[in-house]
Amino acid sequence: MIRRSLTLFAGLFVLILATGWLMGLPFTSSRLVEAAAYSLIALGLNIQWGYGGLFNFGIMGFLMLGGFAVTFISYPVNPQFWGSDGPWMLGRALIAFAAGALLVIGARKSDRLGIRGGWKTFVTVLAWFVAYCIYRSQLDPAAAYIESAAGGGWIGGLGAHPVLGWLFGGVLAAVIAFIVGKIALGLRTDYLAIATIGISEIIRALIKNMDWLTRGTLTVSPIPWPTPLPQDYQATGSDITSSLLLARGGYLLLALVVLGICLWLISRAYAGPWGRMMRAIRDNHIAAASMGKNVTARQLEIFVFGSVLMGIGGAMLVSFTQIFDPSSYQPINHTFLIWVMIIVGGAGNNWGAVFGAVLIWLVWVISEPLSKVIFDFVSYWSTNTGWGAIPEIESRSAQMRVFVLGLVITIALRFAPKGLIPEVVRRDA
Amino acid sequence: MTEFIFFINQVVIAGAVLGCIYALGAIGITLIFGILRFAHFAHSELMTSGAFFAFLLAMLFTSWGISTPIPTGFVVLPIAMVLSAIFALGIDKGFYAPLRKRGARPVILLIASIGVTLMVQGLIRLFFGAGSYSFFETETKDVFRIDTSFLGSTRPLVITEPQLLMIVVTVISVLALHFFLTRSRLGKAMRAMADNADLAQVSGINTTLVVRVTWVVAGALACMAGTMLALDVTLKPDLAFNIIIPIFAAAIVGGLGQAYGAIAGGLLIGFAESLAVFNWTMVLRPLNAVLPEWLQVPPQLALVPTEYKLTVAFVILVVVLLVRPTGIFKGASS
Repeated sequence: MIRRSLTLFAGLFVLILATGWLMGLPFTSSRLVEAAAYSLIALGLNIQWGYGGLFNFGIMGFLMLGGFAVTFISYPVNPQFWGSDGPWMLGRALIAFAAGALLVIGARKSDRLGIRGGWKTFVTVLAWFVAYCIYRSQLDPAAAYIESAAGGGWIGGLGAHPVLGWLFGGVLAAVIAFIVGKIALGLRTDYLAIATIGISEIIRALIKNMDWLTRGTLTVSPIPWPTPLPQDYQATGSDITSSLLLARGGYLLLALVVLGICLWLISRAYAGPWGRMMRAIRDNHIAAASMGKNVTARQLEIFVFGSVLMGIGGAMLVSFTQIFDPSSYQPINHTFLIWVMIIVGGAGNNWGAVFGAVLIWLVWVISEPLSKVIFDFVSYWSTNTGWGAIPEIESRSAQMRVFVLGLVITIALRFAPKGLIPEVVRRDA
Repeated sequence: MTEFIFFINQVVIAGAVLGCIYALGAIGITLIFGILRFAHFAHSELMTSGAFFAFLLAMLFTSWGISTPIPTGFVVLPIAMVLSAIFALGIDKGFYAPLRKRGARPVILLIASIGVTLMVQGLIRLFFGAGSYSFFETETKDVFRIDTSFLGSTRPLVITEPQLLMIVVTVISVLALHFFLTRSRLGKAMRAMADNADLAQVSGINTTLVVRVTWVVAGALACMAGTMLALDVTLKPDLAFNIIIPIFAAAIVGGLGQAYGAIAGGLLIGFAESLAVFNWTMVLRPLNAVLPEWLQVPPQLALVPTEYKLTVAFVILVVVLLVRPTGIFKGASS
């Protein structure tokens, strides 16, 4: 087993070297940083699906939350917003939200006043509606004011260190995951998958359209780096290539440190009683419940833990690319891609998750230039035989990535259903 | 009366059109879930590829010079449905049947269906690019404007020819499906298998045949839904990928495994979406004359802003999953 993993990782290393040789160091170095962030996200999914057997198809939503968090924390302060009436209006919207929440909670407890059955349902629905109206009546003018020139356009950031933003990304993802988990974890797998997709789409719609908060489709850039930028190295006299490599190397180091800490913590937890309990719940939750384990609470716990890693990973990705563009988030790139990583790498094995993440990320980024080369070759051949060239090779080869991803997952499910580095089940005698 | 006609145009017709498409897609999903017990994500790609089959056939017909009074998209629909059914059977044989034979869990089949989604999506984009196409490049889209001045309305009732045909075709196919499921031997076998697969097998039902028929029906209906959606809006590679979750919502709201539930759920989601973004000011504006100054109707009074239209279905989905997870018609539970 160990030998197999080592061989696979050695193969991966050779693949990285080959990519570096073919595509150039600047390309490969930034892909490696992204691969580190994706490894963290894949570890998050590995906790949820590999340990807990929870079907989370809403990864995109958590990545967006992380991206928003790091934007909000690390982007420079927008003095125009803080100097206007905006904060006061937002405060009122918050009070309206709290009032609405109180109203709903009150309605849910209305059976204490003797309102029961159908009446209670009616009162609850009415309370939701009234709360929604109160909130909208305060938020809409506030949003319109902030988005106008007088309000500063959007609320801006807090200007803090990006690593704080990563942490906040984790916290925000945890809070949302707690709410989502409370709602959806009682459902069985298929329903849970659809519910989480639905929730991630709601998150995407909100972040995309709340221009006052996230600037929406106008995008936010440049978001600062936690490590020195290439420009900083250039200012001290390095040439362009070496400053690029130094800066990305620094970022990669930081990302690897975060990844290493997470991997170490998770592996320890997984090897301990907590991990055994989680596997027991995954394999037979009825038996686990009869042994006195609180299945619902443990599943909620694991869902929140996994989402924290997704939030941090999403934040790392955004601060690396320096731009937060809500419309660039797609289910294929940000949910299904992670799933392919886990399925190919091996669910339930942390090293498998990391291996799958790096491998699939490289496959995903290489398949575009590779298919362009193939198309060019075929086009050259077909032109020579008189069939004419392939039109629009550029855009077509960009689309090949999706096909390759589907092909990889299909082959993996068919021939290596447990993944390349499968889960190791230790059986003590 | 003008306001009422406006309401019909904006809510009733738009909701019915959307509801028909959701319902047709949801029937396929719910049938596959009932028989094979997995959530078939690649249904969106069956819809999109069906629409592209119809588009290619329509181009072929146009190049042959065949023109009919009804839009070519509807003329070629039966042939495209046959092609789609064969395509669906092929997908099952190539991707799902081997996994089923191995005894894979439904969850693995779900992941496999995502793989199929990605592959088909990639192939469609490879051949057709990312641009959008229209069925109405060579022919005109007829728009009926029914004069309603006898009701005292200044606005006409507007419905396009594809929309009208779409509603008619959906009603016909739903009726046909109803008779198939309740009267024919095969349809009864399908319902029996959806109810209890093991019991169906011991009572001598040919389960392989039932699985095949399920794919044929699902593929044909998906093609119908996809083509009609493309006729109503435009044809693009992510045509149905974006609406697969509302379709799943429709299937779940109706109760997974319940064909009639899927129809009800589809219409419900369709109407809810168009009702939620409807601007009530248009209807309530006459009240401004009688209302006091401080209670005038604002210019925008929709329940949710238009950009959140798709989230309506998700919210309904989440609420239904919370309040009644088995759906309206008591589908397959936990």
